[in-house]
Amino acid sequence: MTTTKTADSVRRGRSARDPNLLRLLVMLVFVFVLMTVLRPNQFATMADFNSMMRQFPEYGIMAIGISLTMITGGIDLGVVGTANLSAIVAAKFLIGTVPRGAAPAQVVPYLIIAVLLSLSVGLVCGAFAGMLISRFNIPAILATLGTQQLFTGIAIGITSGRPQSGLPLLYSRIGNMEFFRFVPISFVIFFVVAVGVGIMLSRTRFGTYMYMMGTNPRASRYAGLNNTSITLRTYMISGLLSSVAGLIMMARANSAKADYGAPYTLQCVLIAVLGGINPNGGFGTIGGVTMAILILQFLSSGLNMFNNISNFYRDVIWGGVLILVLVFNKLLSWREERRAVRKSMN
Amino acid sequence: MISLRRITKRSEPYVLAAIILLSLLIQVRSGQFFSGNNLVDLARSLIVPALFSVGCMMVIVSGGIDVSFPAIASLAMYVTDKLLLASNYSGNVILAYAISAGLGLLMGALNGFLIGFLRLPTLVVTLGTSSLYTGLMFGAFSASASDVPPSIAKHGKEILFTATNPTMGLTSNMPSQILILIAVLILAFFLLRYTMLGRGIYAIGGDETAAERAGFNVRGIKMFLYCFVGVLAGITGIARISMMSYADPSTMLGMEMTVIAAVVLGGTRVTGGMGTLTGTILGVALMTILSNSLILIGIPTYWTRVFTGAVIIIGTGVTAHQTISTRRRRAQSQKAAA
Repeated sequence: MTTTKTADSVRRGRSARDPNLLRLLVMLVFVFVLMTVLRPNQFATMADFNSMMRQFPEYGIMAIGISLTMITGGIDLGVVGTANLSAIVAAKFLIGTVPRGAAPAQVVPYLIIAVLLSLSVGLVCGAFAGMLISRFNIPAILATLGTQQLFTGIAIGITSGRPQSGLPLLYSRIGNMEFFRFVPISFVIFFVVAVGVGIMLSRTRFGTYMYMMGTNPRASRYAGLNNTSITLRTYMISGLLSSVAGLIMMARANSAKADYGAPYTLQCVLIAVLGGINPNGGFGTIGGVTMAILILQFLSSGLNMFNNISNFYRDVIWGGVLILVLVFNKLLSWREERRAVRKSMN
Repeated sequence: MISLRRITKRSEPYVLAAIILLSLLIQVRSGQFFSGNNLVDLARSLIVPALFSVGCMMVIVSGGIDVSFPAIASLAMYVTDKLLLASNYSGNVILAYAISAGLGLLMGALNGFLIGFLRLPTLVVTLGTSSLYTGLMFGAFSASASDVPPSIAKHGKEILFTATNPTMGLTSNMPSQILILIAVLILAFFLLRYTMLGRGIYAIGGDETAAERAGFNVRGIKMFLYCFVGVLAGITGIARISMMSYADPSTMLGMEMTVIAAVVLGGTRVTGGMGTLTGTILGVALMTILSNSLILIGIPTYWTRVFTGAVIIIGTGVTAHQTISTRRRRAQSQKAAA
């Protein structure tokens, strides 16, 4: 019984003909057309596409991280804290070590060290959360609520709450580079991350293990999988992705601060749920998550073009959409269940 | 011997010991802890988190988690405040509490419906409603710090007694809102201890399926629970603004973390089914002393969030460890009996 359920869910999680993907695509086209009709001169212009491509990679990458942890049946609420802490460590290093007026060629090694430093902070943060969850059996929600406070707290503590600015010019120049004067480097990084994680989930053994553990942790343990190691590695990936997002945020703002992007946590959970990741684990694809990211970006860019709509309505919309999607998915799964029962009775 | 072992297994004594140690440390370092005005100040800043913690504890005992109560409290008190200001109402403050509690009830009922009837995951739902309510407050009501109506202002000036510190010449007033806290605590104590509803909350947290088979109305209990949290949040909102004597919409946002930390620290088991009011209040007291007195022992306020985070992690880690070791011990004793 359990094995069929697991196999079925793995297959369904991977299936390209997932009905959820089709629904998301319809929604994406709908939002896109709606905004184009309402704001023809502003929405879907080249400049608009360019600005959207600059905006979503930072939270999109964190959303992919959260999605991975949700596929394994957990959640990582510490992504924003990890992103800020790792960016602050990199910024502190750069500000403290790079000599004033150094030539760009001299700065390059510092930049490489700073990036590596930041990525390793992300890995350590993720490993810490993963260890709390897998070794000390703290529920993921509480462990990562705690790490979010802890990492943000450390970030505030080591900076006394002040923004870290005065980064070498080269960093923001590279970070804001555009290919063909149109495709920002942050978008390229997002693309690489999305494809890489997508391949990991659908083509590697580890990806299958993640779905299996998310579907039924006890069954996966009895099947001989090492749940502790899977959890640890998942949260380390999430931490690593968060630090990549942190580096992008640092380039965009040309500084690092302990409380950047605070609303991103909710937004990322919303993206994951909208993208078809089941909060109970075991379901979801990166394709769905990517489409959810685009839907959200179209919505928020479109809303920005209405001057009389306050920014705070975005909170209302995010919260409202999150709940509606949850309700809709629930009703749908109930209908499927009823249909399955009827079929089995015939 | 048996009673001693039973005591060491519970969390309350450890929290109490931590409180005593911390207060002695602060007393030695600053000489100001056991002064009348400091204790009254602590009681004063304990009222709001303690009111929140009662509802939060009951939700965690039922196996859920609620992060929307500060948003409910803020929106309920803000709408009430504006309503009373607009109607020039100057009568009894009880009306303010009633309106705010009613609004809280409505908002809590939405949580209860989504969680109890549609069985949606509690964290994601309350994250969503929290965003919804704060967005409504800042968007639809374009909230900003505002005055309070005369009835609430008058209520804020009602004090029970005044404590003075002869050496420093400082005085602190004990606000009357502490009576609300005491009333809520008594009510919650009877509810959890002597009613079927209270037993049901523990039963759901222990094992939801078992509770349902045993005949508990799981949906109804969850509905009640989130409505109760809403009502409590509405009341807390008014208590807060009357003590501050102005209505700041963002004053309570973000408190969910410290409240959850306090509840978990007080021995409420995060997987549900266990938790006491005594432990919860001790947990809140410890968190309040920590955040109020870190400055007294020379730790800058920048680091308070690190402490909140560390307390959540250590507190949940200890309870998770206890759960596993009791389970293991039980398994061993069963094996020995067989």
